[in-house]
Amino acid sequence: MKIRKKIPLIDQHDKYGFWGSKFGGSFIPETLKKPIEDLTTEFKKLRKNKKFLEKKDFYFKNYIGSPTSFIKLENLTNYLGGAQIWAKMVSEANGGAHKIYNATVHALICKAMGKKYIVGDTGAGYAGKMLSMAAKKFGLKCKIFMGAKDIKRQRPNCEAIRKNGAEIVPVYSGSQTLVDAVSECMRYWVSNCDNTHMCVGSTVGPNIFVKICGWSTSQISKELKFQIKKEFKKIPRKIKLINCVGGGSSAYGFWSNFIDYDKNRVELIGVEAGGPKGSKLHAAPLSKDAKIGILHGAASYVCQNVEGQIAETESISAGLDYPGVSPIHCFLKDTKRARYTYATDEEALNAYKLVTKLEKLNPSLEPSHAFAEAIKIAPKLEKNTIIIVNSCGDAKKDQDILRKRLGKY
Amino acid sequence: MHNSLIIKAFRRAQDEGRPALLTYTVAGDYTKKKSLEILKSISNYSDICELGFPHNTPIADGGQIQTSSYRAIKNGIKMKDVFSIVKNFKKIKKNKPIILMGYFNMIYQYGEDKFIKICKTSKVDGLIVVDLPYPENKKFAYKCKKNKINFIQLISPTTSKIRLNKIIKESHDMIYYISMLSTTGGKLKVSPKKILREYTKIKSHNKHKKVVIGFGITEKSINSLKKADGLVVGSAICNEITRSIKKGQNAVTNATNVVKKLKNKII
Repeated sequence: MKIRKKIPLIDQHDKYGFWGSKFGGSFIPETLKKPIEDLTTEFKKLRKNKKFLEKKDFYFKNYIGSPTSFIKLENLTNYLGGAQIWAKMVSEANGGAHKIYNATVHALICKAMGKKYIVGDTGAGYAGKMLSMAAKKFGLKCKIFMGAKDIKRQRPNCEAIRKNGAEIVPVYSGSQTLVDAVSECMRYWVSNCDNTHMCVGSTVGPNIFVKICGWSTSQISKELKFQIKKEFKKIPRKIKLINCVGGGSSAYGFWSNFIDYDKNRVELIGVEAGGPKGSKLHAAPLSKDAKIGILHGAASYVCQNVEGQIAETESISAGLDYPGVSPIHCFLKDTKRARYTYATDEEALNAYKLVTKLEKLNPSLEPSHAFAEAIKIAPKLEKNTIIIVNSCGDAKKDQDILRKRLGKY
Repeated sequence: MHNSLIIKAFRRAQDEGRPALLTYTVAGDYTKKKSLEILKSISNYSDICELGFPHNTPIADGGQIQTSSYRAIKNGIKMKDVFSIVKNFKKIKKNKPIILMGYFNMIYQYGEDKFIKICKTSKVDGLIVVDLPYPENKKFAYKCKKNKINFIQLISPTTSKIRLNKIIKESHDMIYYISMLSTTGGKLKVSPKKILREYTKIKSHNKHKKVVIGFGITEKSINSLKKADGLVVGSAICNEITRSIKKGQNAVTNATNVVKKLKNKII
């Protein structure tokens, strides 16, 4: 298993859609074969279509607000006294998180395919909020599938979704979180694929959805590479790119243009959700060595039992609370290009406390997991090491949880 | 697989001038013991029994089958129990074909070869794997054929002409036509006439393949589709089991009555 250079990772799969010949693929019911083939053909065409690319760039710049800023966290750096800590402020993007890139691209594809309805899943509510925004912007009717438990814990985003005119379909089956929302959304698409486009909210699902999402979020690293070169004149000798990993869309987007670098120069660190301290439940299939399984149409490392039933997960962060992970991250893990670890709920909360105390920053619980790792390793590193954290979401949506756990927001 | 029990079941129905009735129930619903009882009892009226091995993330099943699956899993059903249900069933109904149906992750975790082997020793006649479409299923389907297990291909209203040709060519004795764009148990939203037109198209490719129609078939709609080689009913039975449990009634008797009524409609 080897990563090839100069080819985007999203395109390094075989003809059946597998990365490293075992991750990904398209394990789908027959009914979805045709819509997925159509989508695959359309995307292949569109990503080479100059007009479409111009349109995408126009909306990325004028609607999403690219580029998001790249800033040094002076106080945190001084406080920890080791490596320099920087942040890529993806939370500045319209809507408050990286999910807007994928949502905008899916809305544009939906328009290009002449479909009027768009549906999507959401955990933290960001994917849903952004899809509802993009749908409104481009005049599409939108339904968002969301677990009943997540609807309760991510209230602010739900309000935003409804305000944008989209319908939230609560999912009561299973654990009532993201995994069930994705299943229900896929079921809906099976029944309505003739007039409806589906957006999968992360780099998961059947092969084509991994590709579209990765292609969209790669904007983050495109900007970052430019910003790093501008700031440091060249790519520094020691960089660590730290990102939280649920499905893995922001991490892939943050890393994609740096994958060709030697890992000693640009280290990629993914931080999964370790769940509550001492709990057996987590959402960390990569760092806690889950077995390969098939979930939502793709093979990846999946939290599951011996029989193949998908395991329940637990995390304070709804956006990371997912038993599977992108096949691309499985590929990066097995080729050892990226390193994966986890942070517990408590570590993420402590990181949130420290970062918000020292900096004018309000990272959501998802990137707080990445900050936890940065805080852990920074003191042990030299000053010339550059740690960059993708602050990929804003904590506004977490206000209820933060108030409850920290007594304030 | 000329003399497969599946083919024989179709022939018997044909001789009686009616379509074969295929029933779907979930192994372990609502307990291991009860699901075997239900299976035994409904098989007095059904020609081919589909038995689901439940998965907790089913991306193509509607509410009724999801409920049955979750209930079975909650009551502790394991793959080994599924096979022991099949074995026990075959002890008394050795000529009644059994088709196992489920999602690929369960087979993947069991190990493909090991799974096929135990299917063979338990006398499973066929397999339907919902999320393993053509051409991804080529290798697995071949392994099944080598072990005299029917791998049943699915065709849907969205299946393109080119795919249709290839799938029929790759199919074994039986093909499953999904009547409409829906998960299992949806309301029939396509006219029987239209469904039968698609059915005839498939038959015209190869009249020897037995084609069954499933999804959305109930007591109301079954009669209008009786031209088909076979008709599958699943959600209506699962729903009846759920209803019976809720009302504290005998699920075995009630489920059997549903199947009996369905059968009467197509005689």
